[in-house]
Amino acid sequence: MEIWMLLTIFILACFVGYFVVWGVTPALHSPLMSVSNAISGVIIVGALLTAGNTDAPAAGLLGLIAVFLASVNIFGGFAVSHRMLLMFKKKEKK
Amino acid sequence: MPGWTISFSYLLASILFILAIRGLASPRTAKNGNLAGIAGMVIAVAATFGSPDVKEYLLILAVLIAGGIIGTFSALKVKMTALPQMIAAFNGLGGLAAVFISLSEVTAGNPTRLESSLGLVIGAIAFSGSMIAFAKLQGLMPARALLLPFRRSINLGLALATVLLCLFFIKEGQTNTFYTLAALSVLLGILLILPIGGADMPVVISILNAYSGWAAVAVGFSLNNILLIITGALVGASGSILSYIMVKAMNRSLLGVMLGGFGAEASTITESENKTLAARAGSPRDAAFIMENATKVIIVPGYGMAAAQAQHVLKEMADDLRQRYDVDVRFAIHPVAGRMPGHMNVLLAEANVPYENVFELEDINREFATADVAYVIGANDITNPLAKTAPDSPIYGMPVLEVEKAKTVFFVKRSLASGYAGVENPLFYADNTIMLYGDAKEVTAEIVSVLEEK
Repeated sequence: MEIWMLLTIFILACFVGYFVVWGVTPALHSPLMSVSNAISGVIIVGALLTAGNTDAPAAGLLGLIAVFLASVNIFGGFAVSHRMLLMFKKKEKK
Repeated sequence: MPGWTISFSYLLASILFILAIRGLASPRTAKNGNLAGIAGMVIAVAATFGSPDVKEYLLILAVLIAGGIIGTFSALKVKMTALPQMIAAFNGLGGLAAVFISLSEVTAGNPTRLESSLGLVIGAIAFSGSMIAFAKLQGLMPARALLLPFRRSINLGLALATVLLCLFFIKEGQTNTFYTLAALSVLLGILLILPIGGADMPVVISILNAYSGWAAVAVGFSLNNILLIITGALVGASGSILSYIMVKAMNRSLLGVMLGGFGAEASTITESENKTLAARAGSPRDAAFIMENATKVIIVPGYGMAAAQAQHVLKEMADDLRQRYDVDVRFAIHPVAGRMPGHMNVLLAEANVPYENVFELEDINREFATADVAYVIGANDITNPLAKTAPDSPIYGMPVLEVEKAKTVFFVKRSLASGYAGVENPLFYADNTIMLYGDAKEVTAEIVSVLEEK
């Protein structure tokens, strides 16, 4: 039953993603990539869970490396998106 | 922290992530969208720290902060022209994180072998593929398609071996099999991206973007984590849709791009046909004279503009024409111009071109008929009329900017060489075309200096 619940959530999320992404203006496709890239860093949640596992030290270490990588991804992704989005300006008023 | 608070935080984070992408519907809301994304991430991480499964804090927090500092620093330092490779690199790190999580799970004896294998394979391909894309974009290796002999058979064999090894691991569950699987997937990622050339990069980056999302989904399934599944699906959808848009804009198939070798094989098709025709060359002074007397000028930038860093001087030219000569100046962007989706838009934004002056292909194509000048700078294939008229051409069916309908067309180019697709552009020899040979930045700078003389 559990797997069916997860699959249902997955499919519904795909639909949400489909409609939301088609609404993104083509001018912002580069920021879309970097924002979605930063968001995909949410995989850090999985890394935290495996890194926090003190019962198996080897597994914990591998998880710790994943925390580091995902963290670079998240901070870098959001920072680069912010920089890009700051540049998109309307016409200056005369 | 009680269980329901974690679930509630994950729900909140999911909603904030959806709003982050939703915000990109318009440049006005995009910045707040990005902030929503950051808020979602903070909530997600904080809630996970509160989960009873995490028994160690200080060390993890230290590692997290170290990664954060490195990530932020490199993102703030990178030049805007190096953006495509930056995004490729971050993407690769996300994929590698998925690899390490999967390795960690298997080492700890997590029973979800199918999900772990999927996370590993997808993550590894995203990682090594992104590294190759990074190397190509950064110029560490040639950007053109690198064609190994028998590459299709090799890739097919490797893909098959990966699948078989996956099945074997799921059945037997030996950790050594899992490590072999990791190595094999990394190799597969490398070989998949090697044969793909520079101008197909927008598609490649989008696909790799999607992979990092699907990898998060796989990890989510193996850890029974709803947040990872929802967010991964959003990212996967985003990357997939971008790939679709890019592929459509080149009228190619996804399979065709992935098999690679575009251009390298077609390069000799029309080599000798137009040799008798002569292209007309002009000087920046002629161009300045014609443009200052125009009513409407449409500028078409391509990768050449990015390579020459010509966006700032281009903005000066547009401003001069608008302010001194009262010319209506617009920018026309083809979806695949540049090396990533939306590349030209970012560069023009960097040069302070207001986004109201920048138009997408379908919004501006009919305007060329009433334009006096089309100023094509560092672009070629995306203007080639053969895409409409020559069914045997490799670019046939690709939507193009109809610059030939303008009264005068300027091509700023180094030579008459054909573009990435290896197809000669008959527009160079058209009666209303004037070639401006030289570096995109230098030529435009000369035009600016003439415009500012009076």
